[in-house]
Amino acid sequence: MTVFRRELAGYFGTPVAYVFLVIFLILAGVFTWQLGGYYELEQADLRGFFTFHPWLYLALIPALSMRLWAEERRSGTIEFLMTLPISTGGAVLGKFLAAWAFTGLGLALTVTNWWTVNYLGEPDNGVILASYLGSFLMAGGFLAVGSALSALTKNQVSAFVLTFTASLLFVLAGFPAVTDAISGWAPDWFVASIRNLSFLDHFDAITRGVVDARDVLYFLSVIALFLFGSAVIVDQKKAD
Amino acid sequence: MIEIKNLTKRFGHITAVDDLSFRVQPGEVLGFLGPNGAGKSTTMKMVTGFLAPTSGAISVCGHDVLTDAAGAQAAIGYLPEGAPLYPDMNPRSMMRFVGRARGMAPSRLTARIDEVCRLVHLEAVMDQRIETLSKGFKRRVGLALAILNDPEVLILDEPTDGLDPNQKHEVRELIRTMSAGKVIVLSTHILEEVEAVCTRAMIVAEGSIKFDGTPAELRGSSRFAGAIEIAVASDHAEVAQRDLAELGSVSHIGEVVEAEGETRFVVFPATDAPLLEDVQRVAAGASWSLVRLAVDRGRMDDVFRTVTTGQSAQGA
Repeated sequence: MTVFRRELAGYFGTPVAYVFLVIFLILAGVFTWQLGGYYELEQADLRGFFTFHPWLYLALIPALSMRLWAEERRSGTIEFLMTLPISTGGAVLGKFLAAWAFTGLGLALTVTNWWTVNYLGEPDNGVILASYLGSFLMAGGFLAVGSALSALTKNQVSAFVLTFTASLLFVLAGFPAVTDAISGWAPDWFVASIRNLSFLDHFDAITRGVVDARDVLYFLSVIALFLFGSAVIVDQKKAD
Repeated sequence: MIEIKNLTKRFGHITAVDDLSFRVQPGEVLGFLGPNGAGKSTTMKMVTGFLAPTSGAISVCGHDVLTDAAGAQAAIGYLPEGAPLYPDMNPRSMMRFVGRARGMAPSRLTARIDEVCRLVHLEAVMDQRIETLSKGFKRRVGLALAILNDPEVLILDEPTDGLDPNQKHEVRELIRTMSAGKVIVLSTHILEEVEAVCTRAMIVAEGSIKFDGTPAELRGSSRFAGAIEIAVASDHAEVAQRDLAELGSVSHIGEVVEAEGETRFVVFPATDAPLLEDVQRVAAGASWSLVRLAVDRGRMDDVFRTVTTGQSAQGA
């Protein structure tokens, strides 16, 4: 957990962290109150706010995850890190958890939205709590994908583009336009599998207020799988 | 103790380290010499568990690096080539990070940070961001991190690179004072450094060991060892060389250089001959007079070139 502490402290040692948090909060606000049509709906809930989270993460998480390993490899500090008596898995997990905790902080700061809807009306707080959980899990999924792809390259911009593209696929897999396009010719089980792979599908399920163990398990599996992948890639590529 | 057996590392078709075997005992300071690309850094990366060998075995203080990397790494303080550091941290936070990663108790860590910071003279920059530090300071921070928990084994890849002569001297002093009971392996391009700090010198080239002995033996194996450099007025150079060449103790004369009315040449001894006595006797009774005379202890750069390029030592 030494790596976790260093990484988390590292976020606040650079302006990147503050830029990230500010942009995150501004976008979250704009999406919720403007684009989400909060006032028009005249409903005291945060549906509009959470609907935009996948797109918010799609843009911001790659920017956060791109430096996880690419930076270490480019500057050579990976040699310093990996020759300390820390396991590769421990380092991967520490870095991931720090990034996740940092995203969690950004998410926690949007709690003012929650207060506001409670002030304006009587929302279903259970649904909102579930949505926060879902959003946090989804952020973890994006970050794990980003961690693995960041380990693939020494170049942060490449890491960003790769992560953005991969994340886009994960989001779009559940988008009606995509599922409709393949459902015409592919067998049903294939369409269902693709749909099942989508972040969007599982996230929507949770934001409806039903925290199904399968949806939670889905995100946890995605995280576990990609973190395992990260460790394998780091071990393979660290000395290149 | 470090024990390396039949260590080989290939990158594609290139063999960086070729069937290397050696041991380093506590108390030894091994100077790892060799041209760029000889496999020094690659070997060090394998010993520290950063790079997996293609074949062979490495054991550090009884820990097999391949099966128990963390155990070996706990015993090793390592300064990687170029001393990579996190630019957004300062030396103090970097040391805390390393101390925690190495499982040092907080009180001991605080005490060691103060001690190490004094040893490598970092007092003035302890709370300054690393990216703002000069190359010399960065190197010393790297060194401080390597010695932080007073490890049994120190692996230092070019520890004095980028330091000014005074700092070089201090780092060499530091290594010498720490060496008791420790295994120290350092790589360098500076041959004098080997003589200044190492108890053992090893030259590697093309991935294998070309020389292994004490620095004195390294110097002694030079063709110049025991040779005498003589300078006479150029007018008398030919006569002097003829007189000296007649001596039984002289094998041959070479390296003739003429400059500013004076000629220098090197008189190489026949095996175990009392060359100095003979030269002095001849010079005393000769028509020419010596301008200068110096006995050569051997030239390390000469041995280095000979050993690493494979040219014959008796070339002159």
